[in-house]
Amino acid sequence: MLRYIIRRSLVAIPTLIVISFILFFIMDQAPGDPTSNVPLTVPAEVRERMREAQGFNDPFILQWLKWCRLMFINEPINLFESLTGTCFGSCESRDRIISWSSRSPALDTIYERLPQTLWVLGLGTLFGTLIAIPVGIMSAYKQYSLFDNVGTFISMIGFSMPVFFTGLLAIVVFSVKLKWFPSFYDTTHDVQFTSWSSIWIQIKQLVMPVSILTLFQASSLARFTRASALDNLNQEYVRTARSKGLSESKVINVHVMRNSLIPVVTLLALTIPGVIGGAIITETVFRINGIGQLLITSIRNGDVPMVQTITFFSAFLVVLFNLIADALYGLLDPRIRYE
Amino acid sequence: MSDITDNSEVANTAPDELPEYRSLRSDVWRQFRRHRGAMIGLVILVIIFLAVFLGPVLLPYDPFKNNVPDRNIGPTWKHPMGTDNLGRDVFARVLTGGRVSIAVGLAAMLFQVILGTAIGVVAGFFRRLDGVLMRLTDLFLSIPQLPLLLLVVVLFRDPITDRFGQNLGIFILVVFIIGITNWMQTARIVRGDVLAIKEEEFVLAARSIGTSGRKIVTRHILPNVLSPVTVAASLGVASAIITESALSFLGLGFPADFPTWGRLLFDAKDLITSQPARVIWPGAMISLTVLCVTFIGDGLRDALDPKLRSKG
Repeated sequence: MLRYIIRRSLVAIPTLIVISFILFFIMDQAPGDPTSNVPLTVPAEVRERMREAQGFNDPFILQWLKWCRLMFINEPINLFESLTGTCFGSCESRDRIISWSSRSPALDTIYERLPQTLWVLGLGTLFGTLIAIPVGIMSAYKQYSLFDNVGTFISMIGFSMPVFFTGLLAIVVFSVKLKWFPSFYDTTHDVQFTSWSSIWIQIKQLVMPVSILTLFQASSLARFTRASALDNLNQEYVRTARSKGLSESKVINVHVMRNSLIPVVTLLALTIPGVIGGAIITETVFRINGIGQLLITSIRNGDVPMVQTITFFSAFLVVLFNLIADALYGLLDPRIRYE
Repeated sequence: MSDITDNSEVANTAPDELPEYRSLRSDVWRQFRRHRGAMIGLVILVIIFLAVFLGPVLLPYDPFKNNVPDRNIGPTWKHPMGTDNLGRDVFARVLTGGRVSIAVGLAAMLFQVILGTAIGVVAGFFRRLDGVLMRLTDLFLSIPQLPLLLLVVVLFRDPITDRFGQNLGIFILVVFIIGITNWMQTARIVRGDVLAIKEEEFVLAARSIGTSGRKIVTRHILPNVLSPVTVAASLGVASAIITESALSFLGLGFPADFPTWGRLLFDAKDLITSQPARVIWPGAMISLTVLCVTFIGDGLRDALDPKLRSKG
């Protein structure tokens, strides 16, 4: 198992390098210019020297290799240092990926924005999964019952309504008409876990974005869990379990559940790229200043290094979660042996 | 293969009680009609199609023409969905917007299905290319779709619109990029099926009488992968419509004066406190269309599954 994970991680590295190359290649066609923020009074030759100094006139491959050095060597060291408070060699003057618009290291801005995104997306995915699995298995167990029909219909609707529509609908109903929840997310709110009112504000502003994402996640997952559980309920091993006198709850919760979850785990990992897309939409609808919103504004401003870093970051997450899914697959299904 | 079984049945029954001849297509249709959700979906989808493609011709309003004195009217008999902040009839704009959204959905679906099937067939049929093509598929699966989509639209909007004109250029760009980031599922399914079909005896038989590789693919393999491809296609339409709307919703899709469902939502979201209804119409149309297409896909999946069909 450990050997398999190590081997898979080694395969993941070339994948990430190729992805970074593709992203870099696409971005290289961009009309963006690192000196576009420089005042117009600066003469053209100074401008040209600035471009030269930032390596913007280097050949494409060289620029990409430089970026790789920053991304794969300098930034991990830097992250390690700031987490542990240590300092290796020239930690103050080490080159980092610099955003064109904020003139600060791109990853620092990303670390700043990450908590907001994680709050909303993490809770949405968590609740969605927690709702979807029991509902999907119950639906399959009582196929064509009232519960199943209603559940299937709701999940069909939740699956068909895009997040940007359900989000706006929720704002219309709960913020504009009923005035229950704020229509946008106040990121400046600093959550004090010692004060109830502070936690309450945080909960109130999280309710709408999280429930919208929960609805979407739960809908697609519940459909899938149901299909997977239906496949398993007709298997011989379920009959065997029943015939040896196991209680119904044990048959369902232990035998059927465990086997039905195998494909669900894969799907969950494969939806992570979709979740990043969902972050962009959710954060636009509820005006949360997370990673998704940062990406949108950077794209609009032509901030090439920032866009590169965020898209690469999300590709990294996709590869990472695929790896996790494969590892979980082996844990859940003892028939799979990685040798 | 079905011919053989049909003949043997005919031989066993007396000539005067010949069983009714059932083609595959009529069998599929018979099974499809049993799926209530799919039939309702099909009917509503046909109505949406008719409304979207005939409606703007029949309506007396020009969806592009400003009529400022009549702006911000609520729903009346004259304007069933009211008018927008420039006095344009919202109903006419929603119908016109549907044309583009549905056209993008269909075109992107066609593109991704053709590309996915081609790559799947080649990977499954030619063992030497299998490894390379499947690594390529895995690579594309690891690329986050929406960020890439946004990036490409922003970067290539100007060169492409210069070449093909404003609206057609964006159309080509959006269809291309949705297609190029969505073919992987089809390719995987098709490859798996082709690998199985390739070992079947009828392929061996075809090969033994000297059928060329190209003929084996077009005559024997493609018809057999048609059913999973059909299901993937219907789901592809749904996801393409959502993706296009998401893009327009972020303000990066079609130009401002050109209505699509996503664009209408984008324009309405800033007026959410004063005219909440304008958010609901285009959003409801997107959801309804996607819901219908998903139900039809479910119905098709059941109807094309031979295990389920034989029961019916």
